[in-house]
Amino acid sequence: MLARLGLSSTAELFSEIPERYRDPAIEIPPALAERELVELMRARAAENAADRAHPSFLGAGAYRRSVPSIAGSVVQRGEFATAYTPYQPEISQGTLQAAFEFQSVVCELTGMEVSNTGLYDAGSATAEAVLMAARITRRRSVAVLEPLHPGTLDVLRTYAYAADLDIEVLGAPPDPADPGPAIRGALDERHACLVVQQPDFLGGIVDLELLSRAAHESGALVVAACDPLALGLLRAPGDAGVDVVTGEGRDLAGPVGFGGPSLGLFAARRDHMRQLPGRIVGRTRELHGPRRADGEEEEPRTGYVLTLQAREQFIRRERATSNFSTGQQLIALAFTVALETLGPRGLGESAELCYQRAHRAAARIDELEGYAARGRGSWWFQEFLVRGPLPPAELLRRLKERGITGGLDVSGRPEPEAREAILVCVTEATPAGDVDALIEALASVAAEAGASP
Amino acid sequence: MNVGERDIGARLAFDRGSPGRRAVSVPRWEGEAAPLPPAGLRRERLRLPELSQGEVVRYYTALSRLNYGIDSGTYPLGSCTMKYNPKVDDLMAALPGLADAHPLEAEERVQGILRVGHELQEALCSLTGFAASSLAPAAGAQGELAGVLMVKRALDDRGELGRRRRVLVPDSAHGTNPATAAMAGFTVTQIPTASDGSMDGEALERELDESVAAAMVTMPNTLGLWERGIDEVAARVHAVGAYLYADGANLNAILGRARFGDLGFDVAHVNLHKSFSTPHGGGGPGAGPVLCGAELAPYLPAPVVVSDEGGLRLGRPERSIGRLQQFHGSYGVLVRAYAYLRSMGLDGLRAVSEHAVLNANYLRALLVDAYDLPYDRGRVLHEVVLAGTRQRREHGVRTYDIAKRLIDHGFHPPTVYFPLIVEEALMIEPTETEPREAVEAFAGAMLAIAAEAASDPDLGRSAPCGAPIGRLSAAPAARRPDLRWLPPGE
Repeated sequence: MLARLGLSSTAELFSEIPERYRDPAIEIPPALAERELVELMRARAAENAADRAHPSFLGAGAYRRSVPSIAGSVVQRGEFATAYTPYQPEISQGTLQAAFEFQSVVCELTGMEVSNTGLYDAGSATAEAVLMAARITRRRSVAVLEPLHPGTLDVLRTYAYAADLDIEVLGAPPDPADPGPAIRGALDERHACLVVQQPDFLGGIVDLELLSRAAHESGALVVAACDPLALGLLRAPGDAGVDVVTGEGRDLAGPVGFGGPSLGLFAARRDHMRQLPGRIVGRTRELHGPRRADGEEEEPRTGYVLTLQAREQFIRRERATSNFSTGQQLIALAFTVALETLGPRGLGESAELCYQRAHRAAARIDELEGYAARGRGSWWFQEFLVRGPLPPAELLRRLKERGITGGLDVSGRPEPEAREAILVCVTEATPAGDVDALIEALASVAAEAGASP
Repeated sequence: MNVGERDIGARLAFDRGSPGRRAVSVPRWEGEAAPLPPAGLRRERLRLPELSQGEVVRYYTALSRLNYGIDSGTYPLGSCTMKYNPKVDDLMAALPGLADAHPLEAEERVQGILRVGHELQEALCSLTGFAASSLAPAAGAQGELAGVLMVKRALDDRGELGRRRRVLVPDSAHGTNPATAAMAGFTVTQIPTASDGSMDGEALERELDESVAAAMVTMPNTLGLWERGIDEVAARVHAVGAYLYADGANLNAILGRARFGDLGFDVAHVNLHKSFSTPHGGGGPGAGPVLCGAELAPYLPAPVVVSDEGGLRLGRPERSIGRLQQFHGSYGVLVRAYAYLRSMGLDGLRAVSEHAVLNANYLRALLVDAYDLPYDRGRVLHEVVLAGTRQRREHGVRTYDIAKRLIDHGFHPPTVYFPLIVEEALMIEPTETEPREAVEAFAGAMLAIAAEAASDPDLGRSAPCGAPIGRLSAAPAARRPDLRWLPPGE
């Protein structure tokens, strides 16, 4: 090959790099053979004490779920995993048709009319929704209703700084099932949108219809970041008047994976179709049907293409709706397969199982001497607040001594019910034995603390 | 390719199966039932497919067979670095100790995955010549946003943001560069490309003044060429008080050979799904770590993995631009990239750039007589940008047709019509993992297509004829978009 190029050594390939910059000293450990690599990675994994053998009651935006195993096996197919963005639709129909399935699943789940093929995660998807609302309404302020995931609020601030938008944080309504009073009076004609989370960060179920009605009075759009499993039980936000639905799809697609790669859901009204960020797949037909041996043309077949691309960065450059390019396609595929495997009844049953297991666990903790376990508001889904005989940090530390991650310390939050509390999450996938272990550990911590109610 | 169904696209999973059919069972709740929320808060109906598990698997297996991936064959998609993805890396990312770690777990219980993150940060810094990095960005475009926001906040702190409102971007840049600058609130000034394929130095000089916040430069550029005099560009950009951003999408070309930091760049992103060979997934997930020198380090996005006497922890840089995602980044991708890095070692990474560049040059030599080569330096780095202008002029065969004809020859086409400054562009990146025979076979197909363009131009215009589906009508899809399943009659 070198001879064909008229070169005597491969070093000449890099002769354009000025010599003073060429081949710098770099510190990278020497190469490992496959067996050595596997040993190293097993050692890294063993340094963690965080797999499913360790009881954990952490949720707060990342949930251990029962994901049908075929979701994981479908995405291992190299034809899916090793393809890229479907620029050549004739040899990418697998990715494209699956993305159309995804859009359809997301629309059905959210009650919305259009969906893109997915964004990075719930946080950035919600931020993109805020940017879209600002484009549509030409307003510069954004209201967010607490309790919102602090990570999402942080991402919103990052993107708002980029777009020079103002963020106003509205205090939590005492009952998420009656959010109107917290919103009315707080919103006016400066607000592009109101951002809300369903269920809220402390687990409470929000009445999105009352909320949307109140927000729409000032012409603000409503952006709701929803847990897709909860939507198996709860009213579709589209039916409740929400304008943009976002959410986190990762946990219905596979393991929590230290929080990523994730999958941002993004669905909206058809009126806003041309303002959506990200990629969108459309259904179309062949220009010509295949030719039979006798030369006759058959009926054109159905196919799928990337569409509405005039919104996108590779065409519109600085006038694009977003800089979004590579996204989360493989996670979206796993999410689609998982939801289509569960089917309508499976998803509903999983959501209800999650609800019942969480409520049962809360009731059992509440019965323990020295503990109070309460969900936020009238109705809640899978997370509840526990107060014990010790301050939250100390309670969590003593549970950790007993091999249990008891939940998240939320005592620094402004909501009254979070004061001195930990946020405990129980899902459809939490093993019954883990709940028993938690109950036992809580009781022993209380005994140790010598506490009484 | 025969998938056994003439028009598989006509029937989605939603159109298959039968009401009541189940693919999986869900445990029944046997305990005492808590009351459910009232009807007004509950879902009325949910329409999802109802299939058996076998039907789901067969449907998606059939769809997968309509796809072409790196595992299927040569995939020389320029600027996307479609190299073979080692399967062992997928298995490593799936190890339960790593895959099941909760992002809010106490730091002392996730030291293993934090160690992966920390060592990856350090290795990427060493490879790119920077002082600090954050693994938070989910993809290249988000890495760009992070980098430009770091510049924005630094200018803000200097009290200069009010007057520095422009970002300079070469006309050969990826669309994400101008889109990112606009997203961060800057206006974009385009810098033309000179005839040698580098940025036009005089045009740059004319535009550089104290209204400039940053210049974003892809290194090497999208023509597969070294940006000549980049260190002088850096000096000039710095002289007016602006920052120089490196788009590291093409890092594969110079892995272990040259470093952004040494060349004078202030901040950069790299795409781990490209140079570090994590699967592209049909369009993600990727990861786009952002790296920078000491000056911009306080502005890095949160979190960064910090090492101190207590071990490893997640930290927030002092003047951080904030978070980009709810949690810490695409760790599943980062673990794969780390595994790749450790299995390659420094010598392996240097061999990557060597073979990638050798393959691209070999391909250039095999094709240079049959196709136009608008920016010709006699040599390229990781990719070669040819033009189908001769085929269009002489035979009416366009690059679009050449791409479709390549499908009939069994190859994934290169990137086409990009960069925008090259008419009828064919941007070809063979990568280092294509053996010589594969490069020659691809070149053979390109030569055959050039010959066909002369002898039988209609062949190209009606291609592909051997793909799972023929050319699709794109215009109606955009005018009256059909974007989701609806039941008949709705």
